[in-house]
Amino acid sequence: MAATSNGKANGATRWIGTRPVRPDGVDKVTGRARFGADVHLPNMLVGKVLRSPHAHARIRSIDASAALALPGVKTVTTRDDFNDLSSEFVPAGEMLVNYRDVVRNVMAREKALFEGHPVAAVAAVSEKVAREALALIDVDYEVLPHVLDVVDAMAPDAPLLHEDMITAGVEPTPTKPSNIAKVVEFKLGDVAEGFAEADIVIEREFSTQPVHQGYIEPHSCIANYSEDGQAELWCTTQGHFVVRGHCAKLLGMDVSKLRVTASEIGGGFGGKTVVYLEPVALMLSRKSGQPVKMTMSREEVFRASGPAAGTRVWVKIGMTNDGRITAGEAVLKYQAGAFQGSPVQPGCMCAFAPYDLNHVKVVGYDVLVNRPKVAAYRAPGAPQSEFAVESVVDELAKRIGMDPVELRLKNAAKQGTKAAYGPTFGPVGLVETLEEAKAHEHYRAPLKEGQGRGVASGFWFNIGGETCATLNLGEDGTIALVAGTPDIGGSRASLCLQAAETLGVDVERIRPLIGDTSTLGYTFLTGGSRTAFASGMAVVEAGKDMIRQLCERAAKVWDIPVDAVEWADGEARPAGSNAGEFDPLSLADLARLAGKTGGPFVGRAQINAQGAGPSFGTHIVDVDVDRETGRVTIERYTVIQDAGTAVHPSYVEGQLQGGAVQGIGWALNEEYIYDDKGRLQNPGFLDYRIPVCSDVPMIDTVIVEVPNPTHPYGVRGVGETPIVPPMAAIANAVEDALGMRFMDLPMSPPRVLKALEDARIAEAA
Amino acid sequence: MARVVFTGNFRHLVGEDTEADIPASNVRDLLNRLGERYPALAPHLDEGIAVAIDGEIHQDALFSPVGPDSEVYLMPKIAGG
Amino acid sequence: MAKAHVTTTVNGDPVEFLCDAEQTLLDVLRDELYLTGSKEGCGSGDCGACSVIVDDRLVCACLMLGVEAEGHSIETIEGMANGDQLHPLQTKFLEHAALQCGVCTPGILVAAKSLLERNPDPTEIEVRYWLAGNLCRCTGYDKIVRAVLDTAQEMRGG
Repeated sequence: MAATSNGKANGATRWIGTRPVRPDGVDKVTGRARFGADVHLPNMLVGKVLRSPHAHARIRSIDASAALALPGVKTVTTRDDFNDLSSEFVPAGEMLVNYRDVVRNVMAREKALFEGHPVAAVAAVSEKVAREALALIDVDYEVLPHVLDVVDAMAPDAPLLHEDMITAGVEPTPTKPSNIAKVVEFKLGDVAEGFAEADIVIEREFSTQPVHQGYIEPHSCIANYSEDGQAELWCTTQGHFVVRGHCAKLLGMDVSKLRVTASEIGGGFGGKTVVYLEPVALMLSRKSGQPVKMTMSREEVFRASGPAAGTRVWVKIGMTNDGRITAGEAVLKYQAGAFQGSPVQPGCMCAFAPYDLNHVKVVGYDVLVNRPKVAAYRAPGAPQSEFAVESVVDELAKRIGMDPVELRLKNAAKQGTKAAYGPTFGPVGLVETLEEAKAHEHYRAPLKEGQGRGVASGFWFNIGGETCATLNLGEDGTIALVAGTPDIGGSRASLCLQAAETLGVDVERIRPLIGDTSTLGYTFLTGGSRTAFASGMAVVEAGKDMIRQLCERAAKVWDIPVDAVEWADGEARPAGSNAGEFDPLSLADLARLAGKTGGPFVGRAQINAQGAGPSFGTHIVDVDVDRETGRVTIERYTVIQDAGTAVHPSYVEGQLQGGAVQGIGWALNEEYIYDDKGRLQNPGFLDYRIPVCSDVPMIDTVIVEVPNPTHPYGVRGVGETPIVPPMAAIANAVEDALGMRFMDLPMSPPRVLKALEDARIAEAA
Repeated sequence: MARVVFTGNFRHLVGEDTEADIPASNVRDLLNRLGERYPALAPHLDEGIAVAIDGEIHQDALFSPVGPDSEVYLMPKIAGG
Repeated sequence: MAKAHVTTTVNGDPVEFLCDAEQTLLDVLRDELYLTGSKEGCGSGDCGACSVIVDDRLVCACLMLGVEAEGHSIETIEGMANGDQLHPLQTKFLEHAALQCGVCTPGILVAAKSLLERNPDPTEIEVRYWLAGNLCRCTGYDKIVRAVLDTAQEMRGG
C-alpha cells in the first residue's frame, strides 16, 4: 500500500492526504446508520410489484378487481395511472432521458419487454396481504417471440421490441424498424493506411455477459404523498435530485412539491442512478392517502434492475515488428436491454484511449433485447471494449516477444497525445502507472509452476457537473458541511478534508451531512467518479466564500480595510505590519461575535464543475489454473492508478481494491443464465456468484499522483477506472498459464475445463 | 479563430468537413456560429454534447472561454456510474 | 391464524414479541423490534448481512423463524458496543477504513466477533473462509481481513 507522489502541484498540505476516521463511521459500525429500508412511518402501507413472467408479451388487459376486494388492500396501480409521455430526449441532470421510455420501464404499457417488467403494484396493510393481492391480479398476456442476444436481435427477421424503432446515426435513414437504436462511429486518421504500415495484424472476436452491480442493499423507498399535492420521498439512491426530477415528471408534479431525502446508500456502482420503485410508491401513496414503503427482494433486483451491458466486440490491431501500433479498429455491439441507451458510445471512445494512435476507427451498435434496461456500472461501457483491446495488445506483445508493459509504454497516451476519441490529453498518468508496474516487485517475482501473470491498463474520463455545497458556521466555531451528493464510499470524509484544508481548521470541527432536495440547489448525482472532484471543488469554493466573509468581518472589527486582512491557519490576521497591531481572530472568535457584527456566516457555492481529470490505471495479476476443475485462482493482485491527489488515501485504496474485485467477478464467474423462454435462472447470490472473501488475496495498491490542474488540490475521480483492466489482465494471465486465450467471459470453471478438454482431444487427434 | 474538430456522429451532420475554423470567444458563440454554418448540426447542439477545449472537457458550459488558437472537439456528453 | 407469543433475550435484555408463523427472525428484529442494524441483502442466507449470534452460534437471521427464538439468547450488532465503548473490532474497522457503503458491516462485525470468540489467533486463510458467507461488494475484502487480524492481535495483548 505504498503511495508515491510525483510532485503535488500545491506543495505541502495539512489535511489532504491524511487518514482520519470517517465522520459517519461510528454509525456504520454500530448499526445506527439508516439505509433505505431502515425507516418506518406511522400508518405505513407496504407496496409490492407484480412482474411479467414473460420475456416479451402484449398486455391485453389487467383486472385488479379481485385484489382490490381483498381485506387490507388499499389500492392498486397500473399503466392506467401514469400519463404517457412523448418520445423526446430531455436533459435530466447531465443525462439525456427519454421519458417515454422511463414511464414504460417503471410500469409496462403496451407490452411487457422483459421477464420482471412491472405490470401492476399494490399497497396493503402488510407484506403478506400485498403478496396475496398480487396473486389475485389477472393479466391477460399475448406471449410474443423474444430475443436475448445482440446478434439475434440485429437479424432482419428478429422479433421487434419497439415496432417504431428506426436506427439513428445511419445515412440514409432506414425505412424499416429494427432493434438497432443507434449506430455511432469514431474515426481518427485512416485505418486502411495504418494497417498498410503494419507488419503484424491480429483480429479477434470477444463476448462479455451482462453482470449486475451487485450492491448488497436492495432498492427501497418510502413515499408519503399528502392531500395538498406535496410529497416526501425517502430512498436509497446515488442522486436524490435526479430522482426528484424523474418522479416529478412521471407524476406531473412541480419539483418544489417533492422533497427527496437520500438515505445512507448500501452500494450503487451506477445501478442506483435511475428510478424503479420510487414513482410507483408515490403513485400508491397518492392513491391511498397513506405512506407506502417498497423494497425489492434480491430476486427482483436481479430480474428487474440494471445490469451492465452484455456485449460482442470485434477488434483488429496492426503493429510494426518493433512494437509500434499503427492502427486500431473495433466494432462494438452492446445490449441496451428493453429500452435504448446502452453505454456503447463511451465504450467506443474508451476502447483505444490508452494508446497514442494515428489511425482509429470504432463503430458501435446500441441494440435492444428482451432483458432489463441496462444501467450504469462503474465506467459504463469501458470495461467491455478495453477488455477486447487489451487482450489483443497482449497477444501482439507475445507475437514479437516484447514485454507487455514495454509495448504499452512504447505506445502510451501521455500529455499532448491526441486521444483516440479526439481531444488532446492534458497531464495524465498512464506512463507513470506503467513505470510503477515495471518497477514493482510483483512484476519481477518468480511464478510457481503452472501459474501465469497478466497486465492490462484502463481508462475512464471522469466527469464534473452541477454541484452545490454549504458551510454553516456554528456559534461555537464548528462547521456543518452540507453536500448534495450521496456518500457511497466515504466521500463525506474527503469533503471534510478539503474544507479543513481550505479554511485551515481541524477536520474534527467540521461535521458533514447530505442535504435533502429542499436544502440545497440542484446537485447532480454521485457517479462518474465526480464526488471527491466536483463536490470537493464546491466545498473549496464555499470555504473561500466563508473566508471572504470572515475577513470582511475582521476588517470591520479592527476598522481597517478588508485588503489589510489575511486568512491563514484558521484565523484572520492583519496582513503585514502596515495593517496595524491586532490579535488574530480565530474562526471561533468570529463565530462568537457574529450576531453583534452583522449576522451568521454561511459559505456557499453553486458551480458546474468542468475539467474533470481522466484517470488511467495498470493492473498486474498472477493466476493459478486448476487443470482438474477449471478453477482460476487469483494468487496475487496489484492495482496501480493515478488519483491526481489522494485526499483520503485509505478510501482511494478502497476504491481501487473494490473495483478490482468486481472486475475479478466479471472475469471469472458472474453471468446471467436464461432459459429458452427468456426467464432468468440464477436470480440470487447462490447461483450468481460474486467474489467472496475466500476467493481473493490481498489487493495491493500503488497510488500515483499526477495532479489534475483544474482542481484546487489536484483531485481526479478514482472510483470507476479500477474496474476496467481486470478482465483483460486476468485473461492475459490465464493465457500465460495455459497458452490458451479466452475471448468469452466469464472464464468460469466449466468453460475453462471444456477448453482444456477440447485441447486434449485436439492434441490426441 | 478556434479550430473545431467533429468527432463521432457529428461528422455525418457537417457534410465533407472534418474540422472548421470558427471565430468565437466562448462556447455559446461557438455553438451559435456552428449552427449557422451547419444547419443539419443545429438541432443537435442544444443537448447531449460536450466540448473539449484544448483537451479539457466542458459539459453544459456556455460561457467557458474559447481562446483564439484553441482546439475544440465536439463530442458526445459523458455520464458515468 | 393467531400470532405466536415469543419470549426471548435480545442483547442481554428480556424481550417479548408477537409474530406470524412465517415471519423470520430478521423480520421480527427489523419490523417488530425496530433493530434495523441487521440488514436484508438477500433473504436466502447467501449474503450474511443479517448475521446474528443465537446462543453462541452464528446464524443468518433470515433463515430462522421468529418463533424459533423462544427461550434463546440473541445478539445483534446493536449489542456489540458496551455502552459508549466500542468493541475492538468496531474500532479497528474504523481505523482500517474497512467499510465503504457500510451495509454489510454489521453482519461482518457480528461474524468476525463470533470467529474471534472461537479462535483468538486466526490465520488470514481462516479469516477469509470464516467470512466467506458475508458478501461485501465495495471493499474487495482487503481492509476487512486486515482489520480482523489486527483486532485479534490486539485482543491477544500483542
